[in-house]
Amino acid sequence: MHAPGEKLNGSEIFFECLRRENVAYIFGYPGGALLKVYETLYDIKDIKHILVRHEQGATHMAEGYARATGKPGVVLVTSGPGATNTVTGITNAYMDSSPMVIFTGQVPSSLIGNDAFQEADIVGITRPITKHNFLVKDVRELALTIRKAFYLATNGRPGPVLVDMPKDVLNAVCTFEWPETVEIRGFKPTVKCHQNQVEKAAHLIARSKKPLLYIGGGVISSDASEELKRLAIEQNIPVTMTLQGLGAFPGDHPLSMGMLGMHGTFWANQAVNNCDLLIAVGARFDDRVTGKTDTFATQAYKIHNDIDPTNVDKNVKVDLPVVGDAKHFLAAILKEMPEEKTDRSEWLADIRAWQKQCPLTYTNESDSLKTEYVIDEVCRQTGGDAVVTTDVGQHQMWTSQYYRFRKPRSIITSGGLGTMGYGLPAAIGAAFGVTDRPVVLFCGDGGFMMNVQELVTAVYYKIPVKIFLLNNSFLGMVRQWQELFHQEKYSFTDLGDSNPDFVKVAEAFGCRAMRAENPDEAKKAISEALAWNEGPVFVEFKVIKKDMVFPMVPAGASISDMLLDRLNPKTMV
Amino acid sequence: MKHIISVLVENKFGTLNRVASMFSARGFNLASISIGETEDPEISRMTIVTRGDDQIISQVLKQLNRLIDTIKVTDLTKQPHVERELLLMTMKLSRTTQHEIFELINVFKGKVVDIKQKSITIEVIGSPDKINTTIDIFRPYGIRELARSGAVAIHRGES
Repeated sequence: MHAPGEKLNGSEIFFECLRRENVAYIFGYPGGALLKVYETLYDIKDIKHILVRHEQGATHMAEGYARATGKPGVVLVTSGPGATNTVTGITNAYMDSSPMVIFTGQVPSSLIGNDAFQEADIVGITRPITKHNFLVKDVRELALTIRKAFYLATNGRPGPVLVDMPKDVLNAVCTFEWPETVEIRGFKPTVKCHQNQVEKAAHLIARSKKPLLYIGGGVISSDASEELKRLAIEQNIPVTMTLQGLGAFPGDHPLSMGMLGMHGTFWANQAVNNCDLLIAVGARFDDRVTGKTDTFATQAYKIHNDIDPTNVDKNVKVDLPVVGDAKHFLAAILKEMPEEKTDRSEWLADIRAWQKQCPLTYTNESDSLKTEYVIDEVCRQTGGDAVVTTDVGQHQMWTSQYYRFRKPRSIITSGGLGTMGYGLPAAIGAAFGVTDRPVVLFCGDGGFMMNVQELVTAVYYKIPVKIFLLNNSFLGMVRQWQELFHQEKYSFTDLGDSNPDFVKVAEAFGCRAMRAENPDEAKKAISEALAWNEGPVFVEFKVIKKDMVFPMVPAGASISDMLLDRLNPKTMV
Repeated sequence: MKHIISVLVENKFGTLNRVASMFSARGFNLASISIGETEDPEISRMTIVTRGDDQIISQVLKQLNRLIDTIKVTDLTKQPHVERELLLMTMKLSRTTQHEIFELINVFKGKVVDIKQKSITIEVIGSPDKINTTIDIFRPYGIRELARSGAVAIHRGES
């Protein structure tokens, strides 16, 4: 610990600031521009540095940690390639509004602009993919800049903030000063909702015969699950969630309708297009949710609560915008609800009928394995209480359908950007933050290979993450689109001939590994994997190649027009 | 519809880039942008001319506000405001055209800022519409080069 007033060098100030921001873990990789920082780090015991094997891995780990804990994830990488390798991870965090602070080393100030060795204009490169970024030009600005970075990353709509630190700044000495408060005149997020708007919203909710709550990741990041549960249950309002909103409301509750949108449930999408009041909270009307916007929830009066005013009227015009924090919004609504309750039994009966008409089902066969079964079985064996990370593609959508998330901060997945390779490092990062619940990864054979090097990190730090590889030997989601919309031309999506022996790969990294090829083996492997916590455990599930995720809304179609199965792809309901 | 937006921003490196790249990343029209220090050296004023329907302009204003380095965003379009642009233009000069050119300079209340045997550089200040007209009228006499500052604008009266 250092006190304000001490003479410190930039590297010492850096760590002292992280300490004061209560940083427990840094995900990082050393390099030339950071030598002084790593020299200082050598003797630091109270902040844990996790050595990754690729800087992209560090960013996804930091994001996994952030989403699992709600605390900002911290990344430390060197200049040039170290910095550019973080670009995908930063973009991912930006799209999914995850709080993250990325520290990059930079060449000495005197060399900036000279095309110096390992120089990259990372501030320029990351301007459109960060909430904000900084180049620290003077060691005297370092502490305040770090304070601002954490403040920006975690307040208002969360997001990634990058701080670029030239080598000479990290070496220079100055008197350490810690700003207790931060004032940024250009950043004043509206947290408290306008009372008039809240009262209008409450009035509409109380009177609506067919209301629907459409819940996004904002409810999870503002920690508003309890308020949501109270509102939905007390007022008998069904709840549908986006991919990032899953877990905000318990998936096993009768009012939960699961996910909406492209691979949402049939009944959730029917409810959207038949409700008379749509209450969007912390959601942004993404194209994967709305399908064709002209036909989206046309019968509904739309209330939209979001902390970011740019989300209002961006994709879908709403009737009552309420800018503010989701937790504040829901709490304020609860205060305004009248004693008298509107009868919604007819509406709930309609929804149950749609659910009966097209339930989520799959048929198991004894000699082959379906991804749906694996996810369903993991859900059963973990009681829906695991922290589940996914990669991107079919398994991700099946996870949203068959893992019934019961708690917030339980699904960690790349939603906005759709980053293959996200899952493994995100799972590792989540496991650093959460030790009282199992951390499970569902991953495809394509995405697994994109950050496979991070298996080393999991093994080295003995992270008990359950890596469930669903190997269909295909880029399954692309294959699905090729079959449905591109004349069955399976162009470069068949990985069957080129995939490695995954069990051997995992073992070579020092990971315990198993394989399962039918439901019995799968069930046994899952229970073995869940019981073993000495380090990472890897299970390869050999699943059916040609399975497709249904129901599905074709891109650009109305969410009422869902493809229900492949045998009858023209079935529009 | 054309909108003129006045933005107070932090006078820091990269701010112009943040604003300009937000316009290009989101596909907004950017007809002109001009920037200069204000009475407070820590703050610059940007004047942005853009086009779009109400929905787009509302997004433009919100996205501008969302940038951390913007302090205040005002759509001046429907408020009383003064809007000016500076034009510097070099014309060919010959015996046959010089009288007409000088007359036109008077008509547009322009100034001669440089004159040579075969060329003349003039300065005209006015609304962007007036600048457009000026250029149209002078064009037949042979424009060699021109530079426009882009509009700057300020709220009229007490705010």
